[in-house]
Amino acid sequence: MSKILIRGAKVLGGEAQDVLIDGETIAAVGTGLDAEGATVIEAAGQTLLPGLVDLHTHLREPGREDSETVLTGTRAAASGGYTAVFAMANTFPVADTAGVVEQVWRLGKESGYCDVQPIGAVTVGLEGKQLSELGAMHESAARVTVFSDDGKCVDDAVIMRRALEYVKAFGGVVAQHAQEPRLTEGAQMNEGIVSAELGLGGWPAVAEESIIARDVLLAEHVGSRVHICHLSTAGSVEIVRWAKSRGIDVTAEVTPHHLLLTDELVRSYNAVYKVNPPLRTERDVTALREALADGTIDIVATDHAPHPHEDKDCEWAAAAMGMVGLETALSVVQQTMVETGLLDWAGVAERMSFAPARIGGLDNHGRPVSVGEPANLTLVDTSYRGVVDPAQFASRSRNTPYEGRELPGRVTHTFLRGRATVVDGTLA
Amino acid sequence: MKRHLISAADLTRDDAVLILDTAEEMARVADRPIKKLPTLRGLTVVNLFFEDSTRTRISFEAAAKRLSADVINFSAKGSSVSKGESLKDTALTLEAMGADAVVIRHHASGAPYRLATSGWIDSAVVNAGDGTHEHPTQALLDAFTMRRRLVGRDAGLGKDLGGRRITIVGDVLHSRVARSNVQLLHTLGAEVTVVAPPTLVPIGVESWPCEVSYNLDEVLPKSDAVMMLRVQRERMNAAFFPTEREYSRRYGLDGDRMAKMPEHAIVMHPGPMNRGMEITAEVADSDRCTAVEQVANGVSTRMAVLYLLLGGSEPAVTTTPAAARTEESK
Repeated sequence: MSKILIRGAKVLGGEAQDVLIDGETIAAVGTGLDAEGATVIEAAGQTLLPGLVDLHTHLREPGREDSETVLTGTRAAASGGYTAVFAMANTFPVADTAGVVEQVWRLGKESGYCDVQPIGAVTVGLEGKQLSELGAMHESAARVTVFSDDGKCVDDAVIMRRALEYVKAFGGVVAQHAQEPRLTEGAQMNEGIVSAELGLGGWPAVAEESIIARDVLLAEHVGSRVHICHLSTAGSVEIVRWAKSRGIDVTAEVTPHHLLLTDELVRSYNAVYKVNPPLRTERDVTALREALADGTIDIVATDHAPHPHEDKDCEWAAAAMGMVGLETALSVVQQTMVETGLLDWAGVAERMSFAPARIGGLDNHGRPVSVGEPANLTLVDTSYRGVVDPAQFASRSRNTPYEGRELPGRVTHTFLRGRATVVDGTLA
Repeated sequence: MKRHLISAADLTRDDAVLILDTAEEMARVADRPIKKLPTLRGLTVVNLFFEDSTRTRISFEAAAKRLSADVINFSAKGSSVSKGESLKDTALTLEAMGADAVVIRHHASGAPYRLATSGWIDSAVVNAGDGTHEHPTQALLDAFTMRRRLVGRDAGLGKDLGGRRITIVGDVLHSRVARSNVQLLHTLGAEVTVVAPPTLVPIGVESWPCEVSYNLDEVLPKSDAVMMLRVQRERMNAAFFPTEREYSRRYGLDGDRMAKMPEHAIVMHPGPMNRGMEITAEVADSDRCTAVEQVANGVSTRMAVLYLLLGGSEPAVTTTPAAARTEESK
């Protein structure tokens, strides 16, 4: 593999520096580095970040290859600046055995666009009744450490307690989709002023908050760590903040769409805005941004959820829940967090690369941009302004809520262990 | 008026008064020996019903036929829809058949809005009830009934319901009739109070242009019209109230409660009534109950809506009889 010199990029948004990649690793960082024998990328004005890591991606394979495959999903990930994604377990069949997680892991290896770390289901068939063979998944080639029934809540308190306890044996973590099922029967959108007018079944904030409150207390009781998926309400922020102040080992994620969009958009009855947990209110958005800034929320995770067109081009109640997000996440974070002054680029690197890799136990991602580290890097033109055009997506699905919206920033290059997966904004 | 009628909130005060005045004109036609107007001859109205509702469907059917439109009834049951055809494909089919107006009843809130705004069809869309969202023609016929009874048939022309106190009682949470009525009655200047057990009032009701009360007896003496909503017995199973009898005791309208209403006040019900649940037979069969009148008024009101959506924006009130005479003389 040849040498690549990234010249003059602002590393983590700081001083302009040159970064020399040799083979799979970073060989030198400094100014005026010798370009001898290297392909030079003139990156003056651009920002260099560690390769992004997504702790919450739905790649849909096996089972729903009409929405996304591991290949198309990882191409979308690379386009968005990601070098590693965690693949959620709600596939068909469910990733609740060593066999299925190894299949996803192998497909990830073959794709070559980014590393794929499978997540294992907490319970058999996501049914919340019987623990999956968590140890077998951990010991498989896929080395699963994150377990989640995402899409469904592990609502039985005893099962949740046991899962939290059990995975301690091998350093695992349970990622909870916090949704009290009885309180959300028939739920279609955030319960509040807009749902009252639109006559759509309400998804109350308390259905999320009550589960988070229970689970942080369970984690404290059994001395385990717990991760909260896609936290979406101001009340959830308060509970996590309280839990952290108490020393409970809890981490939490927020999606880009919950940082930007509100339930007012549902007035269009356009199902592209249908997502679970639902879009909330302006007050929630403000609280989530502040919590991400002050570290109460640890990371941004996309909850990239591809769906075929026909599952969105229909009446609201019949539509599938979810939005694609890999290819717009960084832009939304730039708009909502960086351009508002809430986070600097080092803060973005922490929340979109270092912390998710740490939570998920990935050793070779989320590393500093320094000599000897794996060359997983993302180069961003932060001055770019463009209108989102779903037709340009690498994802197989187009269910983005940002179509036609102007968003800042563009990933120009992505490097996975020194190999460019994206060059000049185009997949390599 | 807009091209479609999706929500009562789409109507301005003047739009609504125009519809009510036009409906009075249509009602007069019903008193003539020949009840039919040629106004919509050659136009096709499709009744697209994804949910059973014989009452609403025949009301729209009668309205369209009295305006000489061709009517196609498309029921989801026994059609390709029950075999999994999407709303979009159904819409494209209707468009290909040349529908000028689609009257849609759907179990999903927002389905008429999607039909009107997704570019699937060009025809006018009339919401005949969508999920727990809205039922605007029901609200219009209710307002028509109130204006006749409380203001007067002739005295009411050109007028709204300014200052009238309207009470809506029952399952507000799941009621499209309540949502449309609250919007429309507010637009027409009425003071609206909704009364229900707290479990059947939606979270977020504070943004509605109405008062909320949990106590029916307090509100009745201050009501010019009391609208009783149908309460489905199944709601009991979801713990919205403990028993049918308790609901009936606290929120049902019986003769004793009716006696607390002012003498001129009327009792309304969109039908079908659960006698013995939200309304006793004594009240349902009394002269003060307008349930049957509402059905008759429904045809006139829907004629007015179809006429105004399909027949252009010029006032129907003056031109309709002239057009009718011309046609009859041929």
